[in-house]
Amino acid sequence: MAQMTMIQAITDALRTELKNDENVLVYGEDVGKNGGVFRATEGLQDEFGEERVFDTPLAESGIGGLSIGLALQGYRPVPEIQFFGFVYEAMDAINGQMARMRYRSGGTKGQPVTIRSPFGGGVHTPELHADSLEGLIAQQPGMKVVIPSTPYDAKGLLISSIRDNDPVVFLEHMKLYRSFRGEVPEEEYTIDLGKAEVKREGSDVTLIAYGAMVHSSLKAAEELEKDGIQAEVIDLRTIMPIDIDTILESVKKTNRVVVVQEAQRQAGMASHIIAEIQERAILHLEAPVLRVAAPDTVYAFSQAEEVWLPNYNDIIERVNQVVNF
Amino acid sequence: MKRTLENIENQFETFQILNEDGEIINEDLMPDLSDDELKELMHRMVYTRILDQRSIALNRQGRLGFYAPTAGQEASQLGTHYALEKEDFILPAYRDVPQLIWHGLPLYQAFLFSRGHYHGNQMPEGVNALSPQIIIGAQYTQAAGVALGMKRRGKKSVAITYTGDGGTSQGDFYEGINFAGAYQAPAIFVVQNNQFAISVPVEQQTAAKTLAQKAVAAGIEGIQVDGMDVLAVYAATKEARQRAVDGEGPTLIETLTYRYGPHTMAGDDPTRYRTENMDNEWEKRDPLVRFRSFLEKKGLWSEEEENKVIEQAKEEIKAAIKKADEQPKQKVTDLIKNMYEELPSHLEEQLEEYSEKESK
Repeated sequence: MAQMTMIQAITDALRTELKNDENVLVYGEDVGKNGGVFRATEGLQDEFGEERVFDTPLAESGIGGLSIGLALQGYRPVPEIQFFGFVYEAMDAINGQMARMRYRSGGTKGQPVTIRSPFGGGVHTPELHADSLEGLIAQQPGMKVVIPSTPYDAKGLLISSIRDNDPVVFLEHMKLYRSFRGEVPEEEYTIDLGKAEVKREGSDVTLIAYGAMVHSSLKAAEELEKDGIQAEVIDLRTIMPIDIDTILESVKKTNRVVVVQEAQRQAGMASHIIAEIQERAILHLEAPVLRVAAPDTVYAFSQAEEVWLPNYNDIIERVNQVVNF
Repeated sequence: MKRTLENIENQFETFQILNEDGEIINEDLMPDLSDDELKELMHRMVYTRILDQRSIALNRQGRLGFYAPTAGQEASQLGTHYALEKEDFILPAYRDVPQLIWHGLPLYQAFLFSRGHYHGNQMPEGVNALSPQIIIGAQYTQAAGVALGMKRRGKKSVAITYTGDGGTSQGDFYEGINFAGAYQAPAIFVVQNNQFAISVPVEQQTAAKTLAQKAVAAGIEGIQVDGMDVLAVYAATKEARQRAVDGEGPTLIETLTYRYGPHTMAGDDPTRYRTENMDNEWEKRDPLVRFRSFLEKKGLWSEEEENKVIEQAKEEIKAAIKKADEQPKQKVTDLIKNMYEELPSHLEEQLEEYSEKESK
C-alpha cells in the first residue's frame, strides 16, 4: 500500500496498463514531454517512448477521430481531452461515432477507447473548464461514463475502463486531484464498471452522489449525525450504467432519498436516478426523492463559485426536508 | 497578395492522360497496366453504371431505400480503388458504395445497407473497410487514425477516404489531413469534386480556385486530376499510395467529376439548380465514352463484350436483391445485442422484455 493523491493513482493506473498491454496508447494535447497540464501522464513518455505516449495537434475532434481509427487497427487508445468543456468539439467523434461503432457494424467492430478528461468546480478555473457535462455522454447509447471520487477508486476504475472493449468516458474532478491522499495498492486491481459503493452506512436517509459531491455528502452525513440523522452515502462511481441494485437496496432500508450532483438541475444524472427509483420502489418511499443540484444557469464566473456550487449545507437542508416531509 | 495566390494556384493544374476523344495526351505518365487490367477497369465502370441505373429503378419501386447516385463518377471512384491493394482500408462516404463492392462487400449486403439492415454493415472477414459514413468529414479524421495505426504496426498499406466538394468546408476535413500530415501517416484523401453539394455550387463553398490546394494548409502533397479520366485518376492514386507506403506521408487528390443524377433519391431535383447546358457539357466528358473509345482503338473492347458485362451485372443485381429479400427481419433483441460486448444491466432487462415480446 502507498499513500497517493487521485492524480498519482491515475498515473499509476496508466503506467500499469501501458506495461500490461502494448496496444495501449496515451495521447492528447501536452500529455507527452510535458506530462500533462495536471501531471497525470508525468514520466510516462520517458518510460514507454514517443510511440506509446505522444502529443497531438490542438484539435479535439481530430483526437476523437484519431482514436476511432487507431482502435480499428487493434490499438487500445487512451486519449485525453484537456478540459471536458472542450468536449463539444469532439461530440460527433464520441457520441456520433465511437459510441455507435459496434452497433452500426452489426457487432463486428469494437471501440476499446477510454477518454480521460478533467472537469469540476471549486478551483476558480476560467470559462468552460469546470462544467459538468457528464449527462450529455450518459444519454448516448453505447457509451459508459465513470467518475471516481477517491484515489483507490480512480486506479481500479481506470484500469477496468481501459480494459473494457467498449468506449468509456472517464471524468476526473479537478478539485479531487490533490485535495487528499488515500491508500492505494501498488499492485494492479480492478473495480467493476457499473458498480456503486456504499461509502457510509446509515438507516434514515440515502444520499446518492458522484464526483466531488460524494465528499460533500459525507461531510453533510457527519453533521446530520449530530442531529441524530443517520445518512447512508452511495458513491455511484459509474453513472452510466447506474447500479440500480445497490440504490434499491438502500432505498428499501432508509425509505428516504436525496440525489446530489454538482451539475445544474436540468443536467447531470439526478433526474434519471429519481425516475428509476419511483418506477421501482415507490411503495418504499416515505417522502418524495429530492435533488441537490446547481442553479440552471451557465456555469458560474469563477468568483461566484462559492455561492453557486452545491455544498454540504444544501445537502443538509434537503435531507431535513425529506426527513420532515 | 494576389501574386502569392496565383503562384499557389499555378501549382495545381489539372492532371490528365486521356482526352475526351480517348486519345493519350500525356504518354510519359501513362500507368503501367496490362491489356487485361485495362479491360477489367472498363468492366468495372460499365458494371457500376448499370448498378446505378438499376439502383435508381429499384429505389423508385421501393425495393431499395437510401441511395446516392454514382453515374458520372465511375472513373473517380473505381480509378482510385483500382490502385489499392486488398490490405488497404477504405473509409467511404455515403456515395462511395461502389468502392466497397469492388473491395469485397457482397452486393446483397450493399443493398441491405441501402434498405437499413445491420447485416449490410457486417463487413466480411478480410474486407478492410467501414460502412458508408453519413456525417460529412468524420471519415477524414478517422482515416488519419487508421493510417497512423498502420504506420505504427509497420504495415505496407494505406487508409483511403473520400468526401465531396462540400465536405472540404468541414472542420474534420481540415483536421483529418492536418493530423495525417503531422504524423506523416500513410493516408490518401480523395475529394470528389462533382461541382455541387446538393444544390450549392462549389464556388459557394470557398474562394479557393482549386480544392487540391487545400493540401497546402496541412503541408502535404495535393493534386487536381481530371476525374472523368480513369487513367489519370488511377495514376495519381497509385503514386500517392507508393509515397504513403514509402513513409512519405499523405496526399490529397481532387478529382474533377460530375454526378449525372440527383444528390440522393430522397426528392432532390437537380433541374432547380443545374442548367441543361451544364449537364450536356459534362456528358461529353463521360468517363465511359472516353475510355471505351481508347480501348476500341486498341482493339481491346467491343459492343459484344460490353453487352456481356451489362447482362452479367443485371443478373447479379437480380440475384442480390433476391438474397437481400431473404435476409431475416431485424429484431429489437438483435439491436440490443450489438450495443456492447457485455450488456449493462439496463440492457439485460430490456433484452428480456423484448425477448418475451418476440416469443409471442
